[in-house]
Amino acid sequence: MTDSILGQAVVYLAAALICVPLAKRLGMGSVLGYLLAGILIGPFCLGFVGHEGEGIMHFAEFGVVMMLFLIGLELEPAHFWRMRSSILGLGSLQFVLTTLVLTGGLLLLGLGWRGALAAGLALSMSSTAIVLQSLKEKGLGSSQAGSASFAVLLFQDIAVIPILALLPFLAIQAGSGAVHGETPAFLDGLPVWVKAGSIFFAVAAVIIMGRYIVVPFLRIITKASVRELSVAAALLIIVSIAFLMKLVGLSPALGAFLAGVLLANSEFRHELESDIEPFKGLLLGLFFIAVGASINFRLLSDSPVTILSLVMGIIVLKAAVLFAAGKLFRLSFDQNSIFALGLSQVGEFAFVLFAFINRLGIIGGDWIDTLMAVTAISMTMTPLLLMMNERLVLPRFGTREQVEKEADFIDTEHAVIIAGFGSFGSTLGRFLRANGVQATILDNDSDQVDLLRKMGFKVFYGDATRLDILHSAGAGSARILFIAIDSPPTVSNLVETVKKHFPKLQIMARAGNNLDAHELLDLGVNHIYRGFLDTSVRAGVDVLTSLGYRRYSATRAGQNFMKYDEAAIHHLAPYRHDASDYISNFREQIRLQEQLLASDRASIHSQNDRAWDTIGPVTAAEESGLHPDGQEKGV
Amino acid sequence: MCSMKNILILFAHPRYEKSRVNKALLEGIHGQDGITVNDLYEIYPDFNIDTAREQELLLAHQIIVWHYPLFQYGPPAMITQWMDLVLEHGWVHDAGGNRLEDKQIFATITSGGSRESYSHSGFNRHTMPELLFPLKQTAHLCRMTWLPPYVVQGTYCLTDEMLADYGEQYRQVLVRLAQSPPLKLFKGYDFLNDWIADVNRKKQP
Repeated sequence: MTDSILGQAVVYLAAALICVPLAKRLGMGSVLGYLLAGILIGPFCLGFVGHEGEGIMHFAEFGVVMMLFLIGLELEPAHFWRMRSSILGLGSLQFVLTTLVLTGGLLLLGLGWRGALAAGLALSMSSTAIVLQSLKEKGLGSSQAGSASFAVLLFQDIAVIPILALLPFLAIQAGSGAVHGETPAFLDGLPVWVKAGSIFFAVAAVIIMGRYIVVPFLRIITKASVRELSVAAALLIIVSIAFLMKLVGLSPALGAFLAGVLLANSEFRHELESDIEPFKGLLLGLFFIAVGASINFRLLSDSPVTILSLVMGIIVLKAAVLFAAGKLFRLSFDQNSIFALGLSQVGEFAFVLFAFINRLGIIGGDWIDTLMAVTAISMTMTPLLLMMNERLVLPRFGTREQVEKEADFIDTEHAVIIAGFGSFGSTLGRFLRANGVQATILDNDSDQVDLLRKMGFKVFYGDATRLDILHSAGAGSARILFIAIDSPPTVSNLVETVKKHFPKLQIMARAGNNLDAHELLDLGVNHIYRGFLDTSVRAGVDVLTSLGYRRYSATRAGQNFMKYDEAAIHHLAPYRHDASDYISNFREQIRLQEQLLASDRASIHSQNDRAWDTIGPVTAAEESGLHPDGQEKGV
Repeated sequence: MCSMKNILILFAHPRYEKSRVNKALLEGIHGQDGITVNDLYEIYPDFNIDTAREQELLLAHQIIVWHYPLFQYGPPAMITQWMDLVLEHGWVHDAGGNRLEDKQIFATITSGGSRESYSHSGFNRHTMPELLFPLKQTAHLCRMTWLPPYVVQGTYCLTDEMLADYGEQYRQVLVRLAQSPPLKLFKGYDFLNDWIADVNRKKQP
């Protein structure tokens, strides 16, 4: 029943929809959810999908291809340059050390040096997909651990290119030029230098095409201004590069990465990003499911000790090397443990490399199967390890949730608690402090927390929505809680918790956009500060002034506009749910914007300074003497 | 001719862009040497007056002018704010405060009502010099010399030519004042308008 494409689609989507929310509910993150879904429907559990998930793997690899295209797009030369020391330094250090250690380990296990080196290189790869997704979900993307991870992953992704080019040399040295395995690329059977050369040729072809064909082509497409066309164009670019790369026996993901880098500097960067994003998310999910489904449990049940000890050994070695490298680059303990454990798995590129190694015949098929299984299992371990780190390790050894009180320290409870100390929260905190008001701060970035503590702020580290942290931060006795957290779901969660457990605490909150502001109004928060409002109006005042408007008039117009806009958002709030409960966030955003614009036209603000207007005579009052000179006009 | 005095015009109009009369007055002195126009509403749209800057400006000038349209018989809020913040206790008055001593000060005022309406028998029941009494007292407190005001009144009935004349006359007043005429010459004049008219009349024949 699951042979048809539709049948398969039903199985995959249903599995994802059941497992992912469950996993999230249990606090495990979506990646683990997908992996579990894969295991569940895989040949060793329910058996809905057969052939060890191989067929889907090919399709799902497309998620990885798209992700690498997007990563490439992120890589503006300027951005790369800023990160050069961590990419080249930390990245290469980690990679070389890990390869050496793992190669040494495999040598001890009895592999020949060529096989050991090839496998060591493959096992050094970490999973960009799992790490970035997990860190993003935990809101750690921009922490030190996040950017160090990104740098290391980037180095690895780039390193795959020369590795793929150099692997054939290992093969011919091994004396097994004959290639076996899956679909042979048309280059197979050619002398090794032709193969190596052709790989460089293909890379060069992608670079030249990106520069001289794709960008002009995109310009023509965007002129047509049909949205689907640009989506189609984006997909076409990726699919055709993947096709070309397959043709020369290279990894499509690499080609996509290269193409992404090339387009990073073009004007289409953001458009391409938003076109591909939804496909990427879905296909990545599929990829994780496929990884789960492809875990060979037969191998695992045949020799569980071997496999599991291999997994543990590799993870421990990788984590140790990463931890040392992180230490060298001065990551704090918290950040370093997230960094080291996060990257300790073997990544999806290992599949690619193992497949290639297999075709080149550098290592025997048994070993390849084992290592593939190890790779897949190590990937499932990552979300678990991160969770354990968060729940068990960090609370004990990392940055403390609160500073222990010294014996004679009289703890004065602060009247203000600020949750989220990003740029908004920190500016607020600094302003309050400059005026002699100390605030208690809640934040979940350990580096930030340590820094703030050094500067004498009273900081609590951890998830602000946790009741115990709120209690110890003094939510019971504080007067105001200011929420300056970026993630809207966390904010809603926090508001609900506080309303329930600390009803006397006044909530004030920052909203990222009008829609978030409405959500907050729905939750009964009335003191809402939209992060953009003051700044954009102030910018508008400066624009008016630059156009020659009087600064005072422009300033008053700005003040009036803000007052009016604040009123409008409160006024529109009750009507928000009238139309339909089913309209999407995006459409609602537009509808809200329309309503605001319509009422802008209806009310003419900034016209209430009539007392100062000097056009038109008012001497009628003087002549008639009807009322005192209330309307006296200075001119 | 002895040394020229510098003139500081503290100009305050919340809707200057709509004022024909004040535009005419300020255009008349545009680019005139020795005259600084301090456009308060433009510089301090948020009323956050930079006291140190204003005090430095005061020290660098010998003649100060409060130039504003009359609203509700008094100066616009900005002038009051300026006086509150800039004329600090201890700086211009009381213990050792004499930084403005002997500087000359007067008001340039535009009003919709005519000069006749500002009389004891008129609609506004008080003369303009009477309405300026608090300003005059402030000047006295700061040990400054109070000069009669310069006024443009009945502004709704003024034609463009008349406005141009006022602009030229305002310029003449300032230029003459900068030449430090003896103070006794102002005796008996309620308005600088009348003084400059007499000065010009004497020059002509």
